[in-house]
Amino acid sequence: MSSLTVTEEHISAKPGKVIQPAWVRVMHWTNAVAMILMIMSGWQIYNASPLFDFRFSHDITLGGWLGGALLWHFAAMWLLMVNGLAYLITGFASGRFRKKLFPITPSGVLHDVRAALTFKLGHDDLTVYNYVQRLLYAGIIVVGVLIVLSGLSIWKPVQLYYLVKLFGDYPTARYVHFFCMAAICAFLVIHVLLALLVPKSLRAMIIGR
Amino acid sequence: MAKRSFLIPGVDKRLLIKDSLKVMPDVTRRRFIAGGASLGALTLLAGCDVVDSSSADALLAKVSKFNDAVQDLIFNPDALAPTFAESAITKPFPFNAYYDLDDAPEVSAADWKLEVRGLVDNKKSWTLDELTKLPQFTQITRHICVEGWSAIGSWTGTPLRDFLKLVGADTRAKYVWFQCADKDGYNSPLDMRTALHPQTQMTFKFGNEILPRAYGFPMKIRVPTKLGFKNPKYVVSMEVTNDYKGGYWEDQGYNSFSGS
Repeated sequence: MSSLTVTEEHISAKPGKVIQPAWVRVMHWTNAVAMILMIMSGWQIYNASPLFDFRFSHDITLGGWLGGALLWHFAAMWLLMVNGLAYLITGFASGRFRKKLFPITPSGVLHDVRAALTFKLGHDDLTVYNYVQRLLYAGIIVVGVLIVLSGLSIWKPVQLYYLVKLFGDYPTARYVHFFCMAAICAFLVIHVLLALLVPKSLRAMIIGR
Repeated sequence: MAKRSFLIPGVDKRLLIKDSLKVMPDVTRRRFIAGGASLGALTLLAGCDVVDSSSADALLAKVSKFNDAVQDLIFNPDALAPTFAESAITKPFPFNAYYDLDDAPEVSAADWKLEVRGLVDNKKSWTLDELTKLPQFTQITRHICVEGWSAIGSWTGTPLRDFLKLVGADTRAKYVWFQCADKDGYNSPLDMRTALHPQTQMTFKFGNEILPRAYGFPMKIRVPTKLGFKNPKYVVSMEVTNDYKGGYWEDQGYNSFSGS
């Protein structure tokens, strides 16, 4: 019983200790699932007509063949878009983006990159993002918006011709879509690696604190 | 509901399917995978029920139906596909089919007739001579393949909506269903709103030359607001109908509306 009391006191004494609120956690993991489905089915779609001189191994793609991959891609896109839109709206409306991701100053980024490379970047207070985190998290949101817009351009180049114009033309939108995927994959590698290096950050994204 | 992970103890059914797929020719493989038939077929063969994966297939098929409805909703009948200058035409324009060029249909112009069926006043069949006397227009548009590649081409022919008017088609019907001379009997349904789109064309010429065999001689339906597989070549009949009759690729899992 005493341990329970301690926990309650702990919570009531430090209400700010919740690092990741429930909506962030739910949307984060929903996005993770949607993103992986989109990327793996996207690789299978890419294989039908590769932009570059390589194909993705069949073992890491989803859908079995082009038609199956398209079914997955155009189903998971709803999960990605609805969740992503809800995340953007809540992020702006709650002030979380403003509080957590801004400001991003060049000197701050330079300082923290240097500190990170010399392993001097601390993670004592997980409620405050350092400048490298701010840059990467804000950047990946921009990439997320771009990959959806370029994807919509490829899906509906006639109905959404104004979106295609934003990228130039249809083939360019395809390249933008591909490079956004590559950027997200690069982000994922760093993101997962760092989460494993600082396990309490992973814990915060699962149980909140 | 009881789920069995193994058809044979110690043998993963997914790996079993994967191995069986490897020994199938490409087209057979695609048809086998299509529409959840794969696990059903395997169930019959193995005499054992496999439920989990086919329910995923069923869900995906439902979402694809939902996507048909969404695309129909956002389809603007007045939105035109971008047109291009002659200098933008892709050369050489790719040949694309589920067979080699050597296996493409060789249609004799003299014997060919376009059959017109279904909800139309005049069910007469049309010869190529009769059809090519109708007013023709040229449009240079981008052909976008379901595979992702695209190419710009110049197509000349009669707007399909003019022809539908001419034969007294019931344009309140849901589909115009095309059948083709391709081996294995290619066919594809076109929703009526797209059939009536001003750029949807009965095509007789490519690059101002008589439509070559590679691109669908004697007649192709060019639909710049649809993916390439919804642009049937070697067309032999059209049927105005309220029934969804399926299509060669649509039945295998490609989204049926597939509008661009």
